[in-house]
Amino acid sequence: VAGFGSLMQDVLWCFSQVKGTIDIGVTEADIISTVEFNHTGELLATGDKGGRVVIFQREQESKNQPHRRGEYNVYSTFQSHEPEFDYLKSLEIEEKINKIRWLPQQNAAYFLLSTNDKTVKLWKVSERDKRPEGYNLKDEDGRLRDPSMITMLRVPVLRPTDLMVEATPRRVFANAHTYHINSISVNSDYETYMSADDLRINLWNFEITNQSFNIVDIKPANMEELTEVITAAEFHPHHCNTFVYSSSKGTIRLCDMRTAALCDRHAKFFEEPEDPSNRSFFSEIISSISDVKFSHSGRYIMTRDYLTVKVWDLNMENRPIETYQVHDYLRSKLCSLYENDCIFDKFECVWNGSDSVIMTGSYNNFFRMFDRNTKRDVTLEASRENSKPRAILKPRKVCVGGKRRKDEISVDSLDFSKKILHTAWHPSENIIAVAATNNLYIFQDKVN
Amino acid sequence: MFVRGLKRKCFDGEEDIEGTLAGIKAIPSYNLQRQSLLDMSLVKLQLCHMLVEPNLCRSVLIANTVRQIQEEMTQDGTWQMINTQSTGQASLDRLVSTDILCRSSREQAEEKHVPSYGTFNKDFDGDQGQDSSETMSTASSVQAPRNLQGNVWEMENPQENKGNFQKSLDQIFETLENKSPNSVEDLFSEVDNSYYDLDTMLTGMMSNTKMGHCDGLETFSSPTNTASNSNCKSDLNELDHIVEILVES
Repeated sequence: VAGFGSLMQDVLWCFSQVKGTIDIGVTEADIISTVEFNHTGELLATGDKGGRVVIFQREQESKNQPHRRGEYNVYSTFQSHEPEFDYLKSLEIEEKINKIRWLPQQNAAYFLLSTNDKTVKLWKVSERDKRPEGYNLKDEDGRLRDPSMITMLRVPVLRPTDLMVEATPRRVFANAHTYHINSISVNSDYETYMSADDLRINLWNFEITNQSFNIVDIKPANMEELTEVITAAEFHPHHCNTFVYSSSKGTIRLCDMRTAALCDRHAKFFEEPEDPSNRSFFSEIISSISDVKFSHSGRYIMTRDYLTVKVWDLNMENRPIETYQVHDYLRSKLCSLYENDCIFDKFECVWNGSDSVIMTGSYNNFFRMFDRNTKRDVTLEASRENSKPRAILKPRKVCVGGKRRKDEISVDSLDFSKKILHTAWHPSENIIAVAATNNLYIFQDKVN
Repeated sequence: MFVRGLKRKCFDGEEDIEGTLAGIKAIPSYNLQRQSLLDMSLVKLQLCHMLVEPNLCRSVLIANTVRQIQEEMTQDGTWQMINTQSTGQASLDRLVSTDILCRSSREQAEEKHVPSYGTFNKDFDGDQGQDSSETMSTASSVQAPRNLQGNVWEMENPQENKGNFQKSLDQIFETLENKSPNSVEDLFSEVDNSYYDLDTMLTGMMSNTKMGHCDGLETFSSPTNTASNSNCKSDLNELDHIVEILVES
């Protein structure tokens, strides 16, 4: 098995699978809104706008078909959230799943958190392959027997049955958020997790649903003074007292829960000074951070704003250590992108298992990878045309001006309705999942 | 750029807006571009009122952009120019002119996603040679639908006799920056989800309207809503009257 820590130039990405329909008319409900591998990579979960969660499981690799390196097949599908109506405000609450986060596996069952704008739910996904048979008081259909007809007693036995995967909601964490939840993050203590909305972050204990601790509150006393919101938050992967949250002004705050109950005073404040030559009316909007992720090592954080991905060293607050241009050719198009609201698209970003490569999405179903060591980058496309089994993905290039080469695409031809906002990287292998509207693409590196 | 009748297309590809601002201000097109960006932003803030609670991050970013433009216009002196032109007897005339523009934008509301912005551009194409006062009145057509209600309040409250455009932007920034002691009264005078009430808009706390459209934005409302909107208006007349009494006592 190739892949772990390999340099990007050696990696050739191949199409593996695509999930979802090919229909031209996409139902809004089928649009994938979050993608997440579990901690072993055995399971891959997606959430959609219709409030459903679909979990794929990697099949065991078989010696008969070594080239099919463990395909992902549907394991469980369930309706996580339903649309609700807030009668107080006369507004609908969308059932769209904003985030899914897995808990580390501690027994045979799998647990995940899924959240919409207002409510977080803990789901237990478990297998059942046996069922009890031979009850005394009821027959096989479950109907009660007439006790006077029972002449003998028997001991019920467990008999094997077809595998059933059940998803049950174990906890519902509701009524704690006035604003829209944008992030959830499981703490490394595995006992608590946080949920963040536009103005507040709450800390929960998994066992307690009727209380949460408010650990960050940036709501001003007078809402008219509001100029900044929380855009993403995450716990440190190893230090259970540390978390970060990002803002719409392009700043990241690192907080230590040991210092105070309400972490309004940050321990560290990460902000890059503005480049005066690039200043425009859109500067603030494009500096708004749409995603923040700790590296697996816990030494770095990665942030995504509209045009770039940045890597920060936790020990250096005044500027990022690396900046990667995702689609700088859009810089001269900001006004159009403001008009059609694309400038508000929230792209996510992910690390590979060894923190050597980072990935994020773009428009036209393009996604980008940056190798932090070699400084090389590649643009790939998730499309049905490239979807032959084990077909190698060809790098794509956007032509900025002047002559367009044969395989290049010009900026004006980009399809801004095809945006890749959500991607995921297997924790230890070179397997990636890319959500393109209602389709989920799975790519793997080439097996020799 | 406007000469070529580029509807709803922004000034992309032009280096002006991205370059150093100081040197560019002399170019008239910069002011027009900035004005169109301001109007587009104001329309976007309005369109935030939807069935689902508006995206707070997006609203805040747009509001910050509006404030940036206003600050720059204040420094420019462009803001002063708008001030002086909007006070005085001209207010009544302006009511008429904006009403006309409002009607045309209502007709186009069904076809276009951003109807008033499209209208603005279309009107502006015809008014190429005009000076900035024309700019201002066509710009105020974007706020015209909301100002229909605002006009009613104005005639009842002579002490607030500002021009429509000035009043609408002032109310936004008063609520944003809490400059005026009357800001609370202003908030209550527009309980009907108008974008004047930034607090209401940003938090999506709407008391009356099921559909969540701005009450004044009848251009955007579906026909079924007008009945409920007019009920709200009569209630608000009374509410405003009550608030006026309370504040003055």
